[in-house]
Amino acid sequence: MSQLAKPTVGTPGAPALLTATIIGGLVFFFAAMFSDDPLFQFQAFIFVAAALLAGFALTAGLSGGLFSNDTDRYMDGVVRAGVIATMFWGAVGMLVGVVIAAQLSWPNLLYFPDAGWLNFGRLRPLHTSGVIFAFGGNALICTSFYVVQRTCRARLFGGVLSWFVFWGYQLFIVLAATGYLAGITQSREYAEPEWLVDLWLTVVWVAYLLVFLGTLWKRKEPHIYVANWFYLAFIVTVALLHVVNNLALPISPLHHRSYSLFSGVQDALTQWWYGHNAVGFFLTAGFLAMMYYFVPKRVERPVYSYRLSIVHFWALIFIYIWAGPHHLHYTALPQWAQTLGMTFSIMLWMPSWGGMINGLMTLSGAWDKLRTDPVVRMMVVAIAFYGMSTFEGPVMSIRAVNALSHYTDWTIGHVHSGALGWVGFITFGAMYCLVPWLWKKDRLYSDKLVEWHFWIATTGIVLYICAMWVSGIMEGLMWREYTPQGFLAWSFIETVSAKHVENVIRTIGGAMFLSGTLIMIYNLWRTVRLPSVETRDALSAPLPAAA
Amino acid sequence: MTYETVARIAQQGGLIYFGLIFLMGCAYALWPANREAFDKAARLPLEDDDQ
Repeated sequence: MSQLAKPTVGTPGAPALLTATIIGGLVFFFAAMFSDDPLFQFQAFIFVAAALLAGFALTAGLSGGLFSNDTDRYMDGVVRAGVIATMFWGAVGMLVGVVIAAQLSWPNLLYFPDAGWLNFGRLRPLHTSGVIFAFGGNALICTSFYVVQRTCRARLFGGVLSWFVFWGYQLFIVLAATGYLAGITQSREYAEPEWLVDLWLTVVWVAYLLVFLGTLWKRKEPHIYVANWFYLAFIVTVALLHVVNNLALPISPLHHRSYSLFSGVQDALTQWWYGHNAVGFFLTAGFLAMMYYFVPKRVERPVYSYRLSIVHFWALIFIYIWAGPHHLHYTALPQWAQTLGMTFSIMLWMPSWGGMINGLMTLSGAWDKLRTDPVVRMMVVAIAFYGMSTFEGPVMSIRAVNALSHYTDWTIGHVHSGALGWVGFITFGAMYCLVPWLWKKDRLYSDKLVEWHFWIATTGIVLYICAMWVSGIMEGLMWREYTPQGFLAWSFIETVSAKHVENVIRTIGGAMFLSGTLIMIYNLWRTVRLPSVETRDALSAPLPAAA
Repeated sequence: MTYETVARIAQQGGLIYFGLIFLMGCAYALWPANREAFDKAARLPLEDDDQ
């Protein structure tokens, strides 16, 4: 009898989502029919195709009764899907990175004068968006769904809404990526998608915020754990940044192109307020949330200082938001605004290093795990790279240093020590934890392969960033060198060809990092295929009994 | 309202406003009565035995 009384009902929202999908598909179909812009039609037809797929899936699911809402279990299916998406997009984004690094080393590679599809200029945003938003974004969404459920002891809010967030975000990635290849861009760094795709992301992001807030709202744990504060700051701030930076007027509702509402230096400041906070809240706050959950969980030690984590949180979010103007030294931006950006960047040393110390010291009493558990080693190296790149960043924001480093490969090296070392490694650590937990295995397929991944990827990062330090400082010095007669000593192309060897080393380093990721995908795939420790019925873990 | 007035409100007002909020955050973190709750919260990820 108790089996029958179990509260299993249809996932709320599925019929409403099906209706919205049909209406949306029809709207985009007619929009494509009436538009005379082939690029707009291209994107509208992707929406139509997505609506058709979603319509079939929802209809089949509703008629087959697939959408059960087992309210006494955690919602882990969407997290498993997110882990798969993270690894898939990680491989794609890093592969494109290796391709464009090779193009910088050998410029004729994949260069077709008659078709721009695979030119460096179109592949480069594909790489940056692929690794930041597709790989990093999926990692943040799926870990946030996992962590918020476990630390609130509550199932995800909103029924089918979290699946809408997942698939809607994949559609955003496909639209953005194909758009770049076709030549659609609004030329704002890390915000290249045009107005139509921006609006779609806004819808998905608001749904994400609702799922997260709703889950916090119905929590059974009185205290909101610090990782959730970082996730929430990431979600809310990215929503604000995305909307403000993309305020634009389309030239017609049926044309892909739009123009920004800002102009001149205001436009530049808005873009870099966005751009730097994309680093601060997407690539830092969100991944710090990962650190504050997965490091204590993996080493089985409490957070070193919970008080420090609170001060870390408030100091980080209050200071980061002002640092953007350091991207605009020696421009039309007023000097005081540049100085403000620089000062706040230097102040960031304190919360960044406070957070790093808090993460590392969480290992106190369990330092032996550094030797025995390669996954812990990966996360510790991630935190070390976090400390290193957040030390380097403020140095580079100082106006006099920036005069040498700006526009050079030094910046690229700095970004990659943060992206490969911090974001990449903390994500790998979280994925190595999550896959056995989510698929109910008692271990990973092979710790030996984790060792291989660790050493290949770490060596790759070191090659990458050292090559970029050398080439960056070299080209910076060449650009500012004068002859005794007062002429520039080097033409621009001479400074480019001088970097050839470093570019090749960078390509090798990137290829090594990609190889590590492929080893990881193989390892995780074999882990999923290990025999489960529990029956399949228990795949979504039960919620703890109400106290 | 002149530029100077706006700038003064933004600069001095902002300094006081954000400074106070930050001090409130620190006070909340360091308040002795909160110690027990935070010590408990630091163990929160570990208390969930489901993996």
